[in-house]
Amino acid sequence: MNGVNDILDLSVEELDELLATAEDITVNPQKYANLLRGKKLATLFFEPSTRTRLSFEAAMYELGGNVLGFSEAQSSSASKGESVADTARTVSCYADIIAMRHPKEGAPKVADMNASVPVINAGDGGHNHPTQTLADLLTIKREKGRLNNLTIGLCGDLKFGRTVHSLIAAMSRYENIHFVLISPEELRLPEYVKDDYFTNGACTYEETRSLENAMGKLDILYMTRVQRERFFNEEDYVRLKDTYILDEEKMALGKEDLVVMHPLPRVNEISVKVDKDPRACYFKQVLNGKYMRMALILKLLGVKA
Amino acid sequence: MIIGQIKDGIVLDHITAGRGMEIYKILHLDELNCTVAMIKNAESVKMGKKDIIKIGEIIDINFDVLGYIDPGITVNFIENGEKVKRLHLTPPTTIYDVIRCKNPRCISSTEQELRQEFKLTDPAKRIYRCVYCDAAAKKV
Repeated sequence: MNGVNDILDLSVEELDELLATAEDITVNPQKYANLLRGKKLATLFFEPSTRTRLSFEAAMYELGGNVLGFSEAQSSSASKGESVADTARTVSCYADIIAMRHPKEGAPKVADMNASVPVINAGDGGHNHPTQTLADLLTIKREKGRLNNLTIGLCGDLKFGRTVHSLIAAMSRYENIHFVLISPEELRLPEYVKDDYFTNGACTYEETRSLENAMGKLDILYMTRVQRERFFNEEDYVRLKDTYILDEEKMALGKEDLVVMHPLPRVNEISVKVDKDPRACYFKQVLNGKYMRMALILKLLGVKA
Repeated sequence: MIIGQIKDGIVLDHITAGRGMEIYKILHLDELNCTVAMIKNAESVKMGKKDIIKIGEIIDINFDVLGYIDPGITVNFIENGEKVKRLHLTPPTTIYDVIRCKNPRCISSTEQELRQEFKLTDPAKRIYRCVYCDAAAKKV
């Protein structure tokens, strides 16, 4: 394994290093502009994505490197039945590093086991999305000035929401973190995630159905979209998709220094009227994601400024 | 009921009562030509009831499989009627191709020739998880 499949593949020290690099990139972008000249990133996206793929591509270009790849399974040999392992071996011959999104959980791990270059998991089904978590961590660090002593509300699809699972995993390593889990019954956080991160006392949690009741106690509100592609049954999706809508009325219940985050894309769960509220940080998150992906690519290729 | 001692072979003792047949099948003992005795619900001071399997031949046994299914089993090796070695099984830290991941979204459900691999993530609760998707294996 050369790459990053899970946020826990990175130690707290390595996260600190990435956060420091990302901060430095924002201040001194010219220092990093040509570091990866001649290097190539392959973006293998077997599932649609706007943000993550473009973020990886922008990150690589801003480091002076080049990008090749595909953005849907239909344009790859996977449509002919090629295995993930063979795809990874093949692409290793063309690129120095790979970013892979795949609907099958564990596919990027299989790719990393077989590739001769580092593979970054850019999202695998409802499982992991470590680089989104890197974006989240930088956003929390920049907006709150710390990664400990926080009450974090996670709202929406906590069952299939991979960003939520990865964020819990990452934050459980910092002190005094309390999670407020806000979801409908059907989309509650899976028991195995609770077993992994809440039973050893590293962090605490409470569960509620009411976003209104939770608002006043939160330092961070992490909204998520109910994802149509995770449901086998369209009726369930339609019934659950608009359970929580963050609007100006609910924002009025939040603290003055609340930070509202969302991995995006958003559908209805955050009213566009909330966008102009200074506490809305989801577009800053997008930018932070690019900086953290730049930092991660540099780290995995062993390049320092 | 009296079942005679074996001269050379293996005795699987302290099998959880009722699991003997499952272990008999998993170890493919039906394919052996030697004597094999399956004892159900034998009295046990420690367990109340237990199953015992006596195999009249020294055979290769996958102890990881056995340790995964029933880690309380003791394995006694018999030579010339004497017990020469006793193994106390423990749950293995990793198991390969013993169970299949039931998560339909897991890459192991479609990827060719990918080994089914599970890791023991919680020894106290004996929870095994798929190394690819982290789904917990159904408890045996």
